[in-house]
Amino acid sequence: MKIGAPKEIFAGEARVAMTPESALQLQKLGHECVIEAGAGAAAGFSNAAYEAAGVEVVKTAAALWKAADIIAKVRPPEPTEVKRLTKDKTLISFFYPGQNSELLEQAKGTGANVIAMDMVPRISRAQKMDALSSMANIAGYRAVIEAGNNFGRFFTGQVTAAGKVPPAKVLVIGAGVAGLAAIGTSTSLGAITYAFDVRPEVAEQIESMGAEFVYLDFKEAQQDGAATGGYASPSSPEFREAQLKKFRELAPDIDIVITTALIPGRDAPKLWLEDMVAMMKPGSVIVDLAAERGGNCDLTVADEKIVSKNGVTVIGYTDFPSRMAAQASTLYSTNIRHMMTDLTPAKDGKVVHNMEDDVIRGATVAFEGEITFPPPPPKVQAIAAQKPKEKAKELTPEEKRAAETAAFKQATKQQVTLLTVGGALILLAGLFAPASFMSHFIVFVLSCFVGFQVIWNVSHALHTPLMAVTNAISSIIILGALMQIGSGSWLVIALAALSVFMAGINIFGGFMVTRRMLAMFQKS
Amino acid sequence: MEFGFTTAAYVVAAVLFILSLGGLSGQESAKRAVWYGIAGMALAVLATLAGPGAGLWLLSIVLVIAGGTIGWIVAQRVQMTEMPQLVAAMHSLVGLAAVLIGFNTHIEMIRIFGMDEAARSTLEGFAAVVAHKSGAEINILRIETFLGIFIGAVTFTGSVIAFGKLAGKVDGKAKKLPGGHMLNAAAALISLILLLVYLGTGSTTAVIIMTIAALFIGYHLIMGIGGADMPVVVSMLNSYSGWAAAAIGFSLSNDLLIVVGALVGSSGAILSYIMCKAMNRSFISVILGGFGGTTGPAMEVEGEQVAIDAEGVAAALNDADSVIIVPGYGMAVAQAQQAVSELTRKLRAAGKEVRFAIHPVAGRLPGHMNVLLAEAKVPYDIVLEMDEINEDFPDTDVVIVIGSNDIVNPAAQEDPNSPIAGMPVLEVWKAKQVFVSKRGQGTGYSGIENPLFYKDNTRMYYGDAKESITKLIGLIS
Repeated sequence: MKIGAPKEIFAGEARVAMTPESALQLQKLGHECVIEAGAGAAAGFSNAAYEAAGVEVVKTAAALWKAADIIAKVRPPEPTEVKRLTKDKTLISFFYPGQNSELLEQAKGTGANVIAMDMVPRISRAQKMDALSSMANIAGYRAVIEAGNNFGRFFTGQVTAAGKVPPAKVLVIGAGVAGLAAIGTSTSLGAITYAFDVRPEVAEQIESMGAEFVYLDFKEAQQDGAATGGYASPSSPEFREAQLKKFRELAPDIDIVITTALIPGRDAPKLWLEDMVAMMKPGSVIVDLAAERGGNCDLTVADEKIVSKNGVTVIGYTDFPSRMAAQASTLYSTNIRHMMTDLTPAKDGKVVHNMEDDVIRGATVAFEGEITFPPPPPKVQAIAAQKPKEKAKELTPEEKRAAETAAFKQATKQQVTLLTVGGALILLAGLFAPASFMSHFIVFVLSCFVGFQVIWNVSHALHTPLMAVTNAISSIIILGALMQIGSGSWLVIALAALSVFMAGINIFGGFMVTRRMLAMFQKS
Repeated sequence: MEFGFTTAAYVVAAVLFILSLGGLSGQESAKRAVWYGIAGMALAVLATLAGPGAGLWLLSIVLVIAGGTIGWIVAQRVQMTEMPQLVAAMHSLVGLAAVLIGFNTHIEMIRIFGMDEAARSTLEGFAAVVAHKSGAEINILRIETFLGIFIGAVTFTGSVIAFGKLAGKVDGKAKKLPGGHMLNAAAALISLILLLVYLGTGSTTAVIIMTIAALFIGYHLIMGIGGADMPVVVSMLNSYSGWAAAAIGFSLSNDLLIVVGALVGSSGAILSYIMCKAMNRSFISVILGGFGGTTGPAMEVEGEQVAIDAEGVAAALNDADSVIIVPGYGMAVAQAQQAVSELTRKLRAAGKEVRFAIHPVAGRLPGHMNVLLAEAKVPYDIVLEMDEINEDFPDTDVVIVIGSNDIVNPAAQEDPNSPIAGMPVLEVWKAKQVFVSKRGQGTGYSGIENPLFYKDNTRMYYGDAKESITKLIGLIS
């Protein structure tokens, strides 16, 4: 099959769906590759580089759409592009079938197959082709860089000869892929980073990236993320109020806000309201990654950077991935390549459009003249259902002290009981047993006690030598044999002799092997 | 020689033994500690030979030397991976010696009670001590002898079976005769009844039947315990051999035997306790064998095991700054410790932080992994315990799991229905990247599916551990 990538015609779009590197990989699958001249120019891939990778370069878009059996694109196709599809062609690109139903109708009319990269189901196996995540990752990174670009101070705190610089405080709202990428970038630049998400189960991920999770003191069973494929769902008005209250509390301190909150199939929720912007210090920056869907911030204007009355910059760009076209193209083309790998199971250049496969079925929105959107739910669930987790409650100092006292009392009680019972038992034995026995018994009890005290200090690494050495000294039993060996009857002598012999093996063997082991332990 | 001298020597020997055990608290002091033990033992033996009761010196010395030579040779030759079976074998010797000495005491008692008053007064040594005992003291003596034989016999067969299992001569799986624990309980009950009979009559038959019952208990008890529970078994037998020595010490009125027996006994008991705690299981449940029943269906494991080749692992290692290696019994089986050590040296030379995480029950003997790594000259200060290192996993770039399974199973924390739920485990899955070196797909000793192998940040590096690691060494730059 021939895979072709046209030049993106959307204004300002710099990405391309095929790189020289991905073309090489595609050729390994038995496909031929073709590209429109200049398609990679904006992302830094020259025609010559493509040619060197064995890609055929055609002059015009029309020629490309004609030549290729499979067309890989980044942006959803324009109507003019859809017209070029024919029955035997397959289009792979972002499609957003939910919002673009007219386009989908049109594509269906052509009889071509359409695979929407944004519909790849979120299951482990499909992660390698999850283009939304790879783009979101870039957007999250870029959002921080963009914020830094518009922020007049350092991210990291410094104490210099010229004075002290406080660290920047960054709040990331929404800890999806983009949010986590933003957290990672922001913490590695040295900012104090806070993050919020309506899904409490992501707290661990947030903390693992080095940010502080902003806990809401709100008792509502938030819907389990597993039920919605790992995406957030709309929250109740009460929850929203609690959330906004928390944000109002934080707003005066925060220098940079990065909002990434999206709910699938809805407009972006308004989370950073006008009054919060007003509370922020002049020079602060808000980057709204949800701008395309209306924005999380009241002031956001899509594709523009504006400055509020009190000097807060609000960035509403929607083309962050395109602003890093080289990186975005590399990742996106790799996603496409993985999709092709799944579509070419035999690696012989023949595409098998297997509609039984969860991933391919989910991503396909038009197939042989039929609309196949929305797909049935995947057979494999995206994430294992979250078990309700009991969060250990922060103890107040009083409670802690009370717990400690209780533990101390408990331990004392235990010890006293043990001592009393043990003492009573010994006294009881003393009442009945003869004195000669008792003197030995005292020795025995004391030795046990000494043993317990000493052995607890043995380091764990030396447990094997400990066993070997105790084994060696347990052959002290040889004393018994030695005492009996001179005692008369031949049977006794024989048995005692045998015991002496065996204990002899043990003494020498045990000590030798312990010594050998201990000699091996070396410090670096 | 005077009795007082012997006692004095015993006191010194006892102190030396205590110092010897106490010295094991650190690697450096341990090297000195073993000499304390040797000195204590030499002193004890010499004092006994010189003291009252001993005779046939020459025979004794010849036998000690003969036995010692064998022990010496075995100790020189044994491979470090064979330590568990060696320790088990040596326990069986102590057990058997205890049985024989117990029998001797019994025989002596019969002989002495057969004598008349005049003959008794001519007795020397041990026999004389026995002869001067009063009625109550004789009863106590009988109990002590009986106990010494009983514990010794259990230790003997138990250790032999443990040896067989560890050396692979007996099938390692848990096996029980029909009747299970009832058989053990019955044998123990019979022994108890025989003790009462023996107290009344002093009959030889009772002792012999009891010995057979005890031998059976030792055999059957250990047969019913398998694989990964071996560390507990070995330390438990260690403990028993100590108690046997203590019981014999009582019967012979020898304080040094009592002291040392009690030290060894409590040492083994503590080790068993530590091991059980590390598996979050009660001592009883380990001894009764098998894992406890699950309370519900185990959690379904999602995803697939993704394999990786040596190049992939090497590339990740070359990029990593911090590496933690988690060895398990599989490393011992494959004799891979030298290769692991070589890999460690290379990684450390490249400026990476390499550490080892040891789970308390990794291997078949308490501290087994530490000894193997020490043999391969891995410095002990980079070999850390679970509690020391568990918090560091989230900051670690690469974790290599070599031949361990259950001790890195996240199901212990995540799945309340898992048979190992609640067992403390090494949290390797929190690291950025985990490689599992494993012979092939399949479950570990306990037969529990390990969700770790299906995690997104886990890659399976299939193959024999030794070959796999050796292959990596060539690829590290």
